[in-house]
Amino acid sequence: MKTSNATWIIAKRELSAFFNSLVAYILLISFLGFTGFFTWLSGNGDVFFRKQADLKVFFMIANWTLFFFIPAVTMRLLAEEKRSGTIELLLTKNVSDRQMVLGKYLSAFLMVLIALAFTIPYYLSVSQLGNFDHGATLSGYLGLILLSSAYIGIGLFASSLTNNQIVAFLLALLLGICFQFIFGVLANGSTGWISELFNTLSLTSHFDSISRGVIDSKDVVYFLSITFLGIFLSEYIISKRK
Amino acid sequence: MNIRIENLTKSYGDQKAVDSISFEVKTGEVLGFLGPNGAGKSTTMKMITHYLNIDAGNITIDGRSVRNTDMKKHIGYLPEHNPLYEDMPVIDYLRFVAELQGVDAVKLDDRVKDMVRLCGLNDEKHKKINELSKGYRQRVGLAQAMIHDPEILILDEPTTGLDPNQIVEIRELIRTLGNSKTVILSTHILPEVEATCDRILIINKGKIVADGTAETLRKTASGSQVLRVKIQAPSQDEVKESVSQLAGVALVEKVEGSENRLEIQSHVDQNVNEAIFRLCVDKNWVLTEMVPFETKLEDIFRDLTMN
Ligand SMILES: Nc1ncnc2c1ncn2[C@@H]1O[C@H](COP(=O)(O)OP(=O)(O)OP(=O)(O)O)[C@@H](O)[C@H]1O
Ligand SMILES: [Mg+2]
Repeated sequence: MKTSNATWIIAKRELSAFFNSLVAYILLISFLGFTGFFTWLSGNGDVFFRKQADLKVFFMIANWTLFFFIPAVTMRLLAEEKRSGTIELLLTKNVSDRQMVLGKYLSAFLMVLIALAFTIPYYLSVSQLGNFDHGATLSGYLGLILLSSAYIGIGLFASSLTNNQIVAFLLALLLGICFQFIFGVLANGSTGWISELFNTLSLTSHFDSISRGVIDSKDVVYFLSITFLGIFLSEYIISKRK
Repeated sequence: MNIRIENLTKSYGDQKAVDSISFEVKTGEVLGFLGPNGAGKSTTMKMITHYLNIDAGNITIDGRSVRNTDMKKHIGYLPEHNPLYEDMPVIDYLRFVAELQGVDAVKLDDRVKDMVRLCGLNDEKHKKINELSKGYRQRVGLAQAMIHDPEILILDEPTTGLDPNQIVEIRELIRTLGNSKTVILSTHILPEVEATCDRILIINKGKIVADGTAETLRKTASGSQVLRVKIQAPSQDEVKESVSQLAGVALVEKVEGSENRLEIQSHVDQNVNEAIFRLCVDKNWVLTEMVPFETKLEDIFRDLTMN
């Protein structure tokens, strides 16, 4: 009871700080701008060109937009708290390290949910255009949410390592690139169990199958594992201040 | 609540910032924490508030270790650099802290109002914290430390940046709170310690070098009494000569730049007031002034920390 409370209070403050700065709006607008442009207007690839009433393009573009969007959200979470010293303020209140880290995670997660909520009109309008697979679309959204959660875990961890937001941002991107490409490339370039291992670590295949409408528990476990690992490592790093 | 610190040690790398210190603070006591820069005051406070881990030793509050996260709710803490969320309005910030400290939702508004009044923040309460002057920031720091009416207050240099009026008010407030709570405050302003603290703890290079009231510190520091006297007599040299020969007098010196004044240091535990008085009567001199000279806290502090 108390646990969830402190977490929620911290998340709430973080969100409102976010919306009181321009950053939140810039990020939201660019997220909606990018995904909207490619879904509707880009020419080859958009909904009209392909003459298919689905959100495949949206999911693919959203994956990439979130890839940049989320590190920009998470970079300040812990780094700024450490730089300004306010972390001392928080952690000497009736708050545990874990509650603080969870609160930070939650604020970023809610931020992403808000961004995704703004894309519901895409869903509503595309579904009017023709034969529409609602199941696949919901599964696609689930995929985006899981993917975001994993990105937030990575971004949070990057933010716990430094007190410089830019460093946190770049580090999160770097880790993201590992999960998006490098593990995939390594998997192709190796054989046997090593290839298997890198293939499992590679994010692309897990996301592809969910966004195609196939919900496999292995994929769900994959994204949740990255999330929990990110949160757990951040908590560990924060507790090491001492 | 009583705080008990036993053999507390903390190292940064191979530097011992706090080196096996032990002391106790009881409810109703205000402890003044003194020491030169880098002595380990802030480090000790950060361990009491459990921001920093304890390397060795123990800190207990009413017998429970501060390693238990839930002990933090009994403590109000003002960190030394007074970090604050710069982009929050004062009032929102205080509400945030109150919520976090578990202040009842019903009492929350009242509590925030009380703190705004107590710390003189009424005219500034809707400003963002980064718009405040240094003194007002400090007041916000104090307000947030006290907002949940904690039983223990840990204040790291609470009066830095305050104006003289506010300093008087805050000291008064600390004194009042100190009657029912346990307060530890650090400061570099020595008169402040005498004005607000029941007890003084001086640390130097991580070790305790003095612990006691201002009075006991003075006694142990000097031991002997120093008197300042002014005697009107035909010959000052004769006065000096005769006084030096009195039993119990250790040293007599003329006070520079002041006619007819002598500084007389007695041997330990010897009272020479009476002898001086009788001497003057015998010789028909006029004794116009005789004041015991208090060792200044500054001098004690220097003695203890300059080697
Ligand atoms: N994070 C840190 N890393 C390394 N050394 C530190 C750290 N914090 C403090 N120290 C060192 O520990 C010693 C004690 O520092 P502390 O801040 O406790 O001193 P202080 O008594 O509060 O001094 P001041 O009066 O200047 O505030 C100093 O030598 C300081 O350099
Ligand atoms: Mg200090």
